[in-house]
Amino acid sequence: MSNALSFRRLNALCYKETLQIIRDPSSNIIAFVLPILLLFIFGYGINLDASAVRIGLVMQDTSPEARRFAFNLYGSPYLQVTTGLNQADMERTMIAGKVRGIVVIPLDFSKKLKHQKNIAPLQIITDGSEPNTANFVQNYVSGVWKDWLVQRAVERGEPSPVDISIEPRYWFNPSAESRNYLIPGSITIIMTVIGTLLTSLVVAREWERGTMEALLASPVTRTELLLSKLLPYYLLGIISLFLCVGVSVLILKVPYQGSIMALWAIGSLFLTSSLGVGLLISTLLRNQFNAAQAALNAAFLPALMLSGFIYEIRSMPAIIQAVTYLIPARYFVTAMQTLFQAGHVWPLLLNSGLFLFLSSVLFIGLTAIKTKLRLE
Amino acid sequence: MSEALVTLNGLQKVFPKADKPALTEVTAKLWPGRITGLVGPDGAGKTTLIRLMAGLLVPTAGTVTINGLNPINDAGQLKALIGYMPQKFGLYEDLTVQENLNLHADLRNVVGETRTQIFTQLLNFTDLNAFTTRLAGKLSGGMKQKLGLACALLGQPRLLLLDEPGVGVDPISRRELWKMVHELIAQGMTVVWSTAYLEEAELCDEVLLMNEGQLLFYGKPELMTQGIQQRCFQIQQASGNRRQLLERTLRHPAVMDGVIQGHHIRLVLKAQATLPNLKELNAGDEAIYVPVTPRFEDAFIEALGGGPGGFSVLAEQLNSIETAQDPLIEAIDLTKRFGSFTAAKQINFSVKRGEIFGLLGPNGAGKSTTFRMMCGLLSPSSGTSTVLGIDLNKSANLARQKLGYMAQKFSLYGNLTVHQNLKFFSGVYGLTGQTQKDAVNKMIAVFKLEPFLKTTPDTLPLGFKQRLALACAVMHEPPILFLDEPTSGVDPVTRREFWTHINGMVEKGITVLVTTHFMDEAEYCDRIALVYRGQIIAAGTPDQLKNQVTTLEVPNPTMEDAFIALIQAQPHSLHT
Repeated sequence: MSNALSFRRLNALCYKETLQIIRDPSSNIIAFVLPILLLFIFGYGINLDASAVRIGLVMQDTSPEARRFAFNLYGSPYLQVTTGLNQADMERTMIAGKVRGIVVIPLDFSKKLKHQKNIAPLQIITDGSEPNTANFVQNYVSGVWKDWLVQRAVERGEPSPVDISIEPRYWFNPSAESRNYLIPGSITIIMTVIGTLLTSLVVAREWERGTMEALLASPVTRTELLLSKLLPYYLLGIISLFLCVGVSVLILKVPYQGSIMALWAIGSLFLTSSLGVGLLISTLLRNQFNAAQAALNAAFLPALMLSGFIYEIRSMPAIIQAVTYLIPARYFVTAMQTLFQAGHVWPLLLNSGLFLFLSSVLFIGLTAIKTKLRLE
Repeated sequence: MSEALVTLNGLQKVFPKADKPALTEVTAKLWPGRITGLVGPDGAGKTTLIRLMAGLLVPTAGTVTINGLNPINDAGQLKALIGYMPQKFGLYEDLTVQENLNLHADLRNVVGETRTQIFTQLLNFTDLNAFTTRLAGKLSGGMKQKLGLACALLGQPRLLLLDEPGVGVDPISRRELWKMVHELIAQGMTVVWSTAYLEEAELCDEVLLMNEGQLLFYGKPELMTQGIQQRCFQIQQASGNRRQLLERTLRHPAVMDGVIQGHHIRLVLKAQATLPNLKELNAGDEAIYVPVTPRFEDAFIEALGGGPGGFSVLAEQLNSIETAQDPLIEAIDLTKRFGSFTAAKQINFSVKRGEIFGLLGPNGAGKSTTFRMMCGLLSPSSGTSTVLGIDLNKSANLARQKLGYMAQKFSLYGNLTVHQNLKFFSGVYGLTGQTQKDAVNKMIAVFKLEPFLKTTPDTLPLGFKQRLALACAVMHEPPILFLDEPTSGVDPVTRREFWTHINGMVEKGITVLVTTHFMDEAEYCDRIALVYRGQIIAAGTPDQLKNQVTTLEVPNPTMEDAFIALIQAQPHSLHT
């Protein structure tokens, strides 16, 4: 009489769901506008590199030596230098937040330079209220200082005072731009929002509006009900995924090293797992408000904080690190960053893929168990 | 002779965590070609029973057998036999009429030639042909109800389950639906119609009367009213105050129940009692008794142990209120637009001191919108609303202190205890210190709330919730009382009791503005305004409105007859 799966019914349900998605402006905003918005925020708004830190330079000594060093500071691409003569004035500028640090070339600069070989006769004052930037100031200035010493020694025909010079080369992200790893990470956030937040609402909405009761009284089966919620949102998510990657590569100029097939495969696995979480929440809670709250706490926040997307997992306490192994987003972040920056590193991709597959099976399975064709 | 399609045997349903069963010991048979009414107030167990038949719930004890099948074990087969329209009709509001029909047709595997035929047939039947491309969410209540019915009928079911199809729908649509259902049973369908409107019971072939999970009566509705034949009368041509006369009538030991009907008093005698002397009731020299036909509601009240009597302890406790202002409440050209939709259009009325004024109309007619503008919760797009001469648009807070407001669904705090609710609301209305304590204690005594002080309203029966909500609204002894759908879903005895309080308070000088979709409840009002599609289509005393539509064919119209006739007398643009 009623088979486990009738394609006519499944088709009708999917068509209905699609119409609802198309007609509901909030679904469209979540699926298409929000991702682009987030990409641009992460692409342009958030930048973990501190390029061109503003510093102040106080030149108490105006000897040729001091001036030459000052030129080197001006020449650094990482520093934007404002020069002054009065230290007190410059300190006020820093308190006002206009510069992040002050370099003082003291009166006895050239004198000290002659006598003490290894102690820099410089004073660096940094704004400790932003320790990260303060570190940058210190490192950049000492870098310039060391370069200058080497340069000076070479000019004078003296042996180099620094024995080893470091030439950093960043693998996989040669220009060391944070955008290149933030964008793949933010695609994870977007997929989580679409997969979990959007679907957490759809079953709950049917319960709230009383349409679920009408559906349950029809010959619809559990498989059909579940698939009719999964397929349209899967499609929506995949379209959004490719849209995101397209925008990242073409507009934001983030290099992508992997293949489309690998992206599709790993994206599908993560999406299925996210959809599973969303559907499970929605099936259990039957109330849109609660479902949205639960989705936020169960998927969105962990994806943001525990996936290694922004916060480095290795610097977390051991117990939190252990928890991150249970978060699907962690694996997707790894996979996406690998695909974008390194290409096909199969052990990493397969490992992530396996976990995402398992979590998909788990969440969809739980949803299937919890989906009842009755009201209790 | 045909067999019963549905057999209910000792059916019982207990929900987890509930302290009493939602349904106990229901045994009945439902026959093809008959409408079986499930009648009772909210919480009676009507929806539970329907869901048990639809296989959506599993019975705790007893069995349901439909056409020899069990809804739990043979769910797959049975679903093809059943058409179910849940409350709120179960429609996808963001799909069009045709898309809703398509979905249900596909779900029930109605294809090919049959599909075309059934669509044509149903669209004609429900008169929805002109609206196939309209979104279901944009349909009026009556049209939604018809579409819900069409969806339920798509699989050509043998059993049609309708859960409160008439709630809040305008009376014309409700009548049309009855007509449609009669056509269906003529074709041999078995129809279950659940309702909280007791007058609908009389339209059913058989009735299951339920209250708090108990089956009170099962059989033909005529059998139910048989017991009270010759016990129903109207006092006509009485002089003097009709509310006081009702109170005297209800206090007479021979009287079981009584209500106001326009200028008349309708009463039901206790079994074997004799009519009280009209002189004794002080009804005036002209007064006469006229026998009237018994109603299903009368029988229900008898089954519940009789009416609550005519004396309001609450009113006795309140001080008389003198207000000079007249009119006390006034609406002048009130209009409210939400985008392109006009929810209320040029509403005009005024209410005098000590009057009960009713806004009567179906859901979505604009009653609540008007009501909210009258208490300053919503600002009008144009026009003014005043209470005690205070413009609500300018000083809503000042005016609200003079109001007692009882909102729809009673709006109590479900997670505060009864006592905390009383304290909170008295505080909100500005009572403090000893005055507050006295007011709270007075309400506890009047409404006998002592045993429930530490429980939360959520766990109280509906009747008690209603009492508590009324207590919260009148604690600060306001001269004006606003009641929004105050008796929706409660049993008739509780409703009587409620109106006894209101009548008593009006006698003390309180002025009442009330909204309702119960046509017969409008009879308690001194004057009513019929609200339909955002406009007042008629206003006057209940008798005036009924007289307007009295014809040779309908010599004694009910309020509902009057409403229908007055809607139909409107220019046609208002209908569609």
